[in-house]
Amino acid sequence: MKVSNISWKIGGEAGFGIMSTGTIFSKIFARKGYYVVDNNEYPSLIRGGHNTYTVRVSSNEIFSIDKDINILVALNEETIKLHQEEVTYGGYIIYDENNSDIGELKKARKDINYIMVPFSKIVTELGIPGVMINNVSLGASVALLNYDLEVLKNIIRDMFGRKGPEVVSSNIKSSEFGYKYIKEKLKINAYELEIVKPISKMLLTGNDAVFMGAVRSGCKFYAAYPMTPSSSILESFASIENDYNIVTKHAEDEIAVINMAIGASFTGVRAMVATSGGGFSLMNEGLGSAAMTETPIVIILCQRAAPATGLPTWTEQGDMLFAIHASHGEFLRVVMAPGDPEECFYLTGKAFNLAETYQIPVIVMLDKYLSENHFSYEKFDFKNITVDRGKLLVKSKDIDTGYKRYFNTEDGISPRVITGIEGGIHIANSDEHDEYGYSEDGAFNRKLMVDKRFRKIKKLIEEIPPPRIYGPTDAEITIWSWGSCKGPILEAMNILNQKEKKVNLIHFTYLYPFDGESIEGIIEKSNKNVVVENNKTSQLAKIIMMNTGHRIKNKILKYSGRQFLPGEIVNGIEQIE
Amino acid sequence: MNRNERKSLREIYDLKPGDFNTERKPTWCLGCGNYGIWNTIKKTFVKLKLMPHEILIVYGIGCAGNGTNFIRTYAFHSLHGRALPVATGAKLANHKLNVIIMGGDGDGVGIGGNHFIHTCRRNLDMTYILHDNKIYGLTTGQTAPTSDRGFKTKSTPSGALERPVNPVAMALICGATFVARGFSGDTKHLLDIMRRGIKHKGFSFIEVLQPCVTFNKVNTYDYYRDRIYKLEELKDYDQSRMDEAIKQSMEEERIPIGTFYEVDRPTYEDGLKQIERKPLVDHMIADIDINRLLNKFY
Repeated sequence: MKVSNISWKIGGEAGFGIMSTGTIFSKIFARKGYYVVDNNEYPSLIRGGHNTYTVRVSSNEIFSIDKDINILVALNEETIKLHQEEVTYGGYIIYDENNSDIGELKKARKDINYIMVPFSKIVTELGIPGVMINNVSLGASVALLNYDLEVLKNIIRDMFGRKGPEVVSSNIKSSEFGYKYIKEKLKINAYELEIVKPISKMLLTGNDAVFMGAVRSGCKFYAAYPMTPSSSILESFASIENDYNIVTKHAEDEIAVINMAIGASFTGVRAMVATSGGGFSLMNEGLGSAAMTETPIVIILCQRAAPATGLPTWTEQGDMLFAIHASHGEFLRVVMAPGDPEECFYLTGKAFNLAETYQIPVIVMLDKYLSENHFSYEKFDFKNITVDRGKLLVKSKDIDTGYKRYFNTEDGISPRVITGIEGGIHIANSDEHDEYGYSEDGAFNRKLMVDKRFRKIKKLIEEIPPPRIYGPTDAEITIWSWGSCKGPILEAMNILNQKEKKVNLIHFTYLYPFDGESIEGIIEKSNKNVVVENNKTSQLAKIIMMNTGHRIKNKILKYSGRQFLPGEIVNGIEQIE
Repeated sequence: MNRNERKSLREIYDLKPGDFNTERKPTWCLGCGNYGIWNTIKKTFVKLKLMPHEILIVYGIGCAGNGTNFIRTYAFHSLHGRALPVATGAKLANHKLNVIIMGGDGDGVGIGGNHFIHTCRRNLDMTYILHDNKIYGLTTGQTAPTSDRGFKTKSTPSGALERPVNPVAMALICGATFVARGFSGDTKHLLDIMRRGIKHKGFSFIEVLQPCVTFNKVNTYDYYRDRIYKLEELKDYDQSRMDEAIKQSMEEERIPIGTFYEVDRPTYEDGLKQIERKPLVDHMIADIDINRLLNKFY
């Protein structure tokens, strides 16, 4: 059957290698030009528990995974129990009777195909490690899709080449076995994807994109304390620090992390940190220190379901208002929330420029869904990220005599120097200070300095683009959302448009400063407004209310630790009266 | 900047301790131990021929931290307890800078205790001067982590129930490679310690015993003068031996000052290939080619 779109899911215990198997499956298709979005779900465990990895492949552009699964690879019985409901009419479940007793289970779904592939027997016969059943399942999946096994073999060579020819050859052998079992023994030909232009696509997560955006931006100091879902950024930086002259520091805690980054930035290098909500809580006082000393800093906040330890490996958009208001006192900052890896890449570049130009902290918010799931893209044009260091004086000769670090300029932005050069001596002071940096608590000075720091907003707000509008301008229903909900919403809009329901999306990638005036027109003109957010308390609706006085009453909210599926948004929209 | 260049600048400017004065006059109480530290650090800089712009001092919060306003070098007045990580980031960004940290006992071994442990074991080439007056002065007199058991203050009217932290012993076991103690009432001795500490390649920890004349009526100048003895005057004291250093640091009846321990060990910076050629801050960042990185994602 020719299809434009297939969804594949693999499930099993943690420790089965589900994650790498899923990534390989995604790569097989991205490499040949298909659009891919994937989603891996796992508990906070090293072994045991239930892991899944879902991959959606399409010959057309797609923005999120979907509910219906065409092929389910069940590495254990539990996977069938939990997920056979998701398998679409006429779909396939690949399983191994050694691992699964499914006689009873089968009765629930007479409309789908259960295909027994003896993974474990094959692996035993070949005398290779048990974990290789993943390759058998990959080979079998490729066969069901009538796809080119060579692509899989090449990826195996790329991924396992480092481990030596023996590992490569047994991986390839097991995948061939799975492929032949379907093709030659069972002779099943399930699906065939429509052909696309064979231009390879990158496959990357939001974290990958942030990392590359930061390297391109000249980030020279990266500090972090491991915390899901931000940890992969730390690992990426650590893996290339010598090639790109970057110091990566895994510090003792997030308090040290942010203060180290402040120290590095004060000295004149671009510095970034990443964490999740718990670590960001610890960084709060440091955030204020960066603001008071006017030290640029970029903070990547990869949200997860909270409070406290929460759901460490699950997604949520619960920290928007927290990020906007974090730390004591009033100060200027920028808060961004990219909606996909492409936006992660370019906004990270923008974050560094804004941080240095305005000498303020910039927070970029992701969430577990965006941080850890892969999306396919044609190669990013990294030349589109340029470096603007604002009023940074690099040489002694550029510094005026009687240098004032906090000079009360018209735009509020004062000249900054590289620490250590002659003529630039000053105090970066967390106490309120005068123009030189000396501690100063006089009433006149206090007002002067608060006004100076806030005056930057005038120029800053001009640099901040309004939210982007997707879909028709004359919609019946206008969706308001931010960050990673973008993908599922765009998918839902496609479905709704097919049903001839005109819906558009106002998507915010900049959350603060919030220019209420720029959206008042839209909000007033819209027939029906609805917010879609991955949280309990509709934080975007609150901030719109705060800044425009408009209350958006319709809310589609999800806070189960899982990202929206497009169908859930469609249902929500259809229920709006 | 290498040592020779420093010499020539020194000759041009003929550096004096007064060159390290700012336009602000110290606001410490009359007789405060901070004056001894303040005068001595300026003299130390002159002795080491360091120019003001070659030095970054990162301060904590407290009476020690207020020194920010009174010493003319590059300065970062950080948050309470956070001077060490700020200094660490600065040193990693530009390891040619002379980085010094100044903070009090509450700052360093109270609220900043975790950073103290890890900065010692990291062994960056920096010097940490801990002003220990065994009291919270700037908040007008509460018990400090270094206060003796039974010490009566506003926050412990019936006497402190905890044993004091021993910063010298802590620095030793956490891995500082130069560990010393000075007394703000003996600035000649303190000058020698500071000079050695700053010259030492690695993390130098210097505890300075410093009377708080306003809020601490127990640990006074006389209290220290009666109890202090100098390690330099001990026969056969071997500064390269950790066991001897720990034994001396645990002395309770009398108070040893001087250098407890000094050892050569590779610094954190020594292990970083990426800063071998030049400091991070000297790298051009205008147009970094990330093609190789992007290609990894296919």
